[in-house]
Amino acid sequence: MSIFVDENTRIVVQGITGHQGSFNTLQMIKFGSKVVAGVTPGKAGTEVHGVKVYNTLSDAMSEEPNATFISVPAPYVLDAAKEALYNGLDIIYILTEKVPYQDTMKIVSMAKKYGKTVVGPNGPGMTSPFKSKLGIMPNQIFKKGNVGVISRSGTLTYEIVDQVTRAGFGESTVIGLGGDPVTGLNYIDVLEKFKNDDETEAVVLVGEIGGTAEEEAAEYIKEKFNKPVVSYITGRSAPKGKRMGHAGAIITRGKGTAESKISALESAGVKVAAYPYEVPALLKEVLK
Amino acid sequence: MLYTRLIEMNLYEYQAKELFRKYNIPVPAGKHIESPSNLQWDKFPVVVKAQVLVGGRGKAGGIKFANDQKELLDKTREILSMTIKGLKVNSVYLEEKLDIAKEYYVSITLDRSKRRPIIMATTSGGVEIEDVPDEKIVKYWIDPVIGYSNFIGKDISFKLKLPDNESKQFQAILAGMASLYNDYDAELVEINPLVVTKDGLIIAGDAKIIIDSDSLFRHKDIPENAAERTELEEIAYKRGYSLVELDGNIGVIANGAGLTMATLDGLTLKGGKPRNFLDLGGSDDVEKVVGAFEILKIAKPKGILINIFGGVTHCDTVAKGIIEAKKRVGIDVPIVVRLSGVNEDEGRKILSDNGIHSYGDMMDAINEIVKEVNKQ
Repeated sequence: MSIFVDENTRIVVQGITGHQGSFNTLQMIKFGSKVVAGVTPGKAGTEVHGVKVYNTLSDAMSEEPNATFISVPAPYVLDAAKEALYNGLDIIYILTEKVPYQDTMKIVSMAKKYGKTVVGPNGPGMTSPFKSKLGIMPNQIFKKGNVGVISRSGTLTYEIVDQVTRAGFGESTVIGLGGDPVTGLNYIDVLEKFKNDDETEAVVLVGEIGGTAEEEAAEYIKEKFNKPVVSYITGRSAPKGKRMGHAGAIITRGKGTAESKISALESAGVKVAAYPYEVPALLKEVLK
Repeated sequence: MLYTRLIEMNLYEYQAKELFRKYNIPVPAGKHIESPSNLQWDKFPVVVKAQVLVGGRGKAGGIKFANDQKELLDKTREILSMTIKGLKVNSVYLEEKLDIAKEYYVSITLDRSKRRPIIMATTSGGVEIEDVPDEKIVKYWIDPVIGYSNFIGKDISFKLKLPDNESKQFQAILAGMASLYNDYDAELVEINPLVVTKDGLIIAGDAKIIIDSDSLFRHKDIPENAAERTELEEIAYKRGYSLVELDGNIGVIANGAGLTMATLDGLTLKGGKPRNFLDLGGSDDVEKVVGAFEILKIAKPKGILINIFGGVTHCDTVAKGIIEAKKRVGIDVPIVVRLSGVNEDEGRKILSDNGIHSYGDMMDAINEIVKEVNKQ
């Protein structure tokens, strides 16, 4: 077992003829993903890396996709996600950045009502080596194994996965939640899945300053989680009140700081690394 | 891929009150003034309010009262010469002084945990909202699909135990706020204090609106206000870079906000002092890399650390950018490079062909730049 994506995942790419859509279609195929169709209005009959292109998602449904990779400009994301929900797709991954958060809220709320999963926006997606990759994580950093990874970041996720792989471990599933204030999945949604996944024996939780999602995850781990968790939190050196990028990375009050997150996680029995390279050593401790 | 928020869409009080008028939310009579010449006002006393995008202006002396034309001129001049929490006051808002009987509070904002907008209201307004105990605040979460409807306003009015004459007015104000929040993709619509006058009228004493900067493509009528930026940050912002100025001496270029923050953390823990946060973002463009060096040159660091984990940004692109920058920008401080991920080998080769060593591990690069800078 893996979580969310596996050998049964059949991907359609909405926006397949764009730069990102096309490049990542090839990378996903190379990884072993089943990319069964692409959508770009007006481009029906063409192919991208051997994948058939359709005008609309409902036309592409003849290829029986169950997951979508959305890479359309921000103003069109809400419409593309609705199209995916209309057609009953189970997993909606949104790569696009700068999606108005009120659009994301609507997408997430509608998907919940229909029992569907949204991942992103503005994140690297989900990868189960080497069953399926729905997203843009670099192929070469993975190895199949028993470590689950959850992160809000993109490149920092790659950094951590790379460290884990180089140290001789491998990953069950890696999930990038996305860097926006509102995302489809949060840490707890993913922890609930890892809890029942027999391939996952430990979890790495990568967090950053801003918001209270890590504190809430710590609460969940303390009360309900059954596997060891190792963590790395970034933003310790961020000056208070300075904007450091991600919408979430605004330090306001007590909660949301690196200190608050680290102490919440530690009190839940989570081992917290000071540097990314310490993550494998901590994994060794908890997995022996 | 990971974006950084370049624009802060805070509205000034006078702009927010214009929007309130559009949504029939009662506000006091007022006038926006940028210079003390041609100062005209009929009804005294009048309130002179500094227009700055920072909280606590009242305590800082940015709100004053005037009883006649002469006082008005003096107070306006005084406030226009002020700097509040580092921000220069460029304009004032003149407003009719209200006969205040009670002060309430009401806001609509995003609850990130619940992924829904939350309405918060209390009859204990006028003070810092953080100091009001939770049990005195009525909270209501809006379903993003169903949206706001009048029953919500009724529900909140009952929970606040508002008298009949206030309840109707409050509901109309809340409905206006909800429409505004929705129509303008707001992150925050806040009224503090929501004033009840001695005549029993409810009026917005202050107005705070923050618009989601990602939504500006559909709000062409919203003016972009200058955010709080240093000179260096302003230059970077104008050139399309996400940069935060810090007070150290090691220049940093990295990709992705998370990895950039992790780089600064690593540097700091190893005794280095970062000069800046600079996230190349999700670009794969040689010129973007060159441009980053041009900005760092202005910052005059004692050394530069480049930390790239290739994904959307390819390592060979960054390597080419570094070579170009050395030629065109003229960097005379030590440069330490770390490349990992997509096209790492190609990137590493381009650098070594040009006599630049690069690291594959982030900590090795961090230790090296700290050593180099400490030598000086």
